[in-house]
Amino acid sequence: MEPFYDAFDKIAGISGKAGNLRGQIQEGGNPFEGSRSNEYPTGPMRQPYGPTLFAKAAKDLGYKPFPVPSALISEPYTNPLGVTMGPCTFCGFCTNYGCANYSKASAITTILPALIRKSNFTARTNSEVIKINLDSTGKRATGVVFIDSSGEEWEQPADLVIVAAFTFENVRLMLLSGVGTPYDPNTNVGTTGRNYAYQTANGVQLFFDDKNFNPFIGAGAVGMGIDEFNNDNFDHSGLGFFGGGSTRVTPIGAAPISSRPTPPGTPKWGSDWKKETVKNYLSTMSIGCEASSYSTRTNYLSLDPTYTDRLGRPLLRVTFDFSENDRKMAAYVTGKVAEIAKAMGPRQIVQNPSKGHWNTGPYQSSHIVGGFVMGADPTKSSVNKYLQTWDVPNLFVVGASAFPQNPGYNPTGTAAALAFKAADAIRNQYLKNPGPLVQA
Amino acid sequence: MRQSLLLAAGLFALSTTAAFAQAARDDSFEQIDKGRYLAILGDCAACHTVPGGKPFAGGVTLKTPFGDLVGANITPDPETGIGRMTLDEFQKVMSEGEGPGGFHLYGAMPFTAYTKVSKEDNAAIYAYLNSVEPVKNKVETNLLPFPFNIRLSLIGWNMLNFTKGEFKANPQKSEEWNRGAYIVEGLGHCGTCHTPKNIMGGDKNDQFLEGATLQDWFAPNITSDPHKGIGAWSVEDITAYLKTGANKYDMASGPMAEEVENSSQHWSDQDLKAVAVYLKDNRNAGAKAPAPIAATDARMVAGAAIYADRCSACHVSKGEGIPTLFPRLASAPLVNSDDPTSLIRVVLAGSKAGATHAAPTSPNMPSFAWNLNDKDVANVLTYVRNTWGNAAPAVDPTEVGNLRARLRDE
Repeated sequence: MEPFYDAFDKIAGISGKAGNLRGQIQEGGNPFEGSRSNEYPTGPMRQPYGPTLFAKAAKDLGYKPFPVPSALISEPYTNPLGVTMGPCTFCGFCTNYGCANYSKASAITTILPALIRKSNFTARTNSEVIKINLDSTGKRATGVVFIDSSGEEWEQPADLVIVAAFTFENVRLMLLSGVGTPYDPNTNVGTTGRNYAYQTANGVQLFFDDKNFNPFIGAGAVGMGIDEFNNDNFDHSGLGFFGGGSTRVTPIGAAPISSRPTPPGTPKWGSDWKKETVKNYLSTMSIGCEASSYSTRTNYLSLDPTYTDRLGRPLLRVTFDFSENDRKMAAYVTGKVAEIAKAMGPRQIVQNPSKGHWNTGPYQSSHIVGGFVMGADPTKSSVNKYLQTWDVPNLFVVGASAFPQNPGYNPTGTAAALAFKAADAIRNQYLKNPGPLVQA
Repeated sequence: MRQSLLLAAGLFALSTTAAFAQAARDDSFEQIDKGRYLAILGDCAACHTVPGGKPFAGGVTLKTPFGDLVGANITPDPETGIGRMTLDEFQKVMSEGEGPGGFHLYGAMPFTAYTKVSKEDNAAIYAYLNSVEPVKNKVETNLLPFPFNIRLSLIGWNMLNFTKGEFKANPQKSEEWNRGAYIVEGLGHCGTCHTPKNIMGGDKNDQFLEGATLQDWFAPNITSDPHKGIGAWSVEDITAYLKTGANKYDMASGPMAEEVENSSQHWSDQDLKAVAVYLKDNRNAGAKAPAPIAATDARMVAGAAIYADRCSACHVSKGEGIPTLFPRLASAPLVNSDDPTSLIRVVLAGSKAGATHAAPTSPNMPSFAWNLNDKDVANVLTYVRNTWGNAAPAVDPTEVGNLRARLRDE
């Protein structure tokens, strides 16, 4: 996989400091990182005060803090496609916003400017693929049906169909098109919709009296982190769970109005609330731990029996709750994070481990995975290691829908590396000899 | 470049009484391919191909101070194009601005430059144009109001503004320099946009390439002036700009972005270098910069605050920009030009840099028309034009208001 991670890093200009360069552990990077063939394409971001303070405390406790690698560019960068990005300005309008400075990697800032110049490329905007067409055997995709903004339906014939519609829509399209067998939690049979997993969001808030974090300074993923409590990086003996998470201080920019941290017990409105808002806005920070979510037999995706979209097609139904394993893990890692928080000397800390039942209300994470997973066994997976569907060899389904579990890292890098791996397999193997790339 | 200041219309619909005689046509691949390249060098498509339309079928409107002119159909269609034009007639169009039957072309068809093109090159362009798909598309080229629509007036115009004659090499200079001069002064017709015009729209030849305004864009000084011109640019900087649309100083936008996209990105490396060598060895190398407006001036103080809030995130606090992404403002010819039209324009209307194969990013500058008033725009531009080594006259808020009104009307 490493060459494909490397290829994606270069397209997106990922900033960071290598922790493991060709097997050699590097000072200042993440020592738990897999071996990299190259440094990150751009240097690590400069760190705001909160992450700096955290890193010092973590280091004093014996941990190995490192700048969080991210797709925010720290310096001017021109990628292998000739597309140029500019350095991040820490404007604080990053998460939930587009980037006017060309600093945040996305298809728009890294690939499309080069792609749209190709004479054999067409993008149909404001259009939605509503179905993958299969031939009478169900073993071959013949194209897709899409609907345009005027509501007109079109058929696009194809020799090869690559679906990359995000986790939920990938799975929904497969269910609507009859690709694979829908997963049944009662019998544990079927693959489409299986192994859906989420992410377990945990955090600790720190209220200080004597600090000014200027929290409006921020960027979507700038920060410092440690990985001592991630996945198998620590001894789980006697803990009664597996998994862990990425411990990070990543100030995204405390947005005007919406960001008003106040300690527990503060009224939700009125003059006391205003007073506490003023007192705490500049002097509050938090440490997050975005942690693993392992799939269970009872968490899965299916077509909704009741609700439909504007075209009358069933919506996707998410059947999910946090498992006992993940709750135990959440409590443990949050406790470890709180130890570091205490060492930083705040007036008060508030621990917020993920607990109780899953709730669609409060925002926790967009990092949803699984439902059309990759594997070696066609009875338990939907795609092979090249993201080629077992049942329909000329159909590839790309995205984090292929993850059978959600480990304690955010999924984008791996989803992109898998896309590069699939593209490589298509170009160098499939096109020369169309058919299954892995014999079931 | 798309625009021309001159009263103008391209090669246009032929008179139906055009002579029928055909000169023997060299339609070898080599000749046609040579003509194809020369047509790119001359950027014929800028005026004769509507974006997304059939090549050379005409219809591009040129706004001149005198009224609108429309690029002619120059496909070989016999009725609406140039299918009946002989090589001799074509040569006369290029070298004298005179169409078949003796009528005069408006100078938007830059025959004042094309007159320098050699007969051999014209023959190749003629062969190429006759090889493209004929398109039936009748174009009314002359949309000028009275009295400018009377072509007879062009006889007098030509007497005053047009010197006929093929390019003559300067034996004192290198072959490369002469090739550059041939392109810049001839097919490249750089002066059409970059040379100031007199009241009749004719070139002020004593100010060749010193910058001119047209269609509310200022085409900057491209002489060797180190302050207002490109004297500080190296040969490599100039070729990078023409080939990719960007170099470490600047990025092409507006009409120049179209020129790079349609024309110069496709020039051969030898021609790019020749043009750069010629432009580097040009007039005004000893020009002195004026004194900047004092930083304590009220306009400068206000402008500095606006710059920090609105501009510095991209153009960086000292105006150095980000190469190939956000243009450098310090020591930029356009910024130091006497005429601030392009600067006002991009602040009010925003801008999108050109995209080329080598530099495909095509970044956007947003419009600030909604959050900066005329005085704000004038102040921030006055500040930019008089900081980091820049020096240029203050921008008048009235000028901003006038351009704002014109842009609104567009």
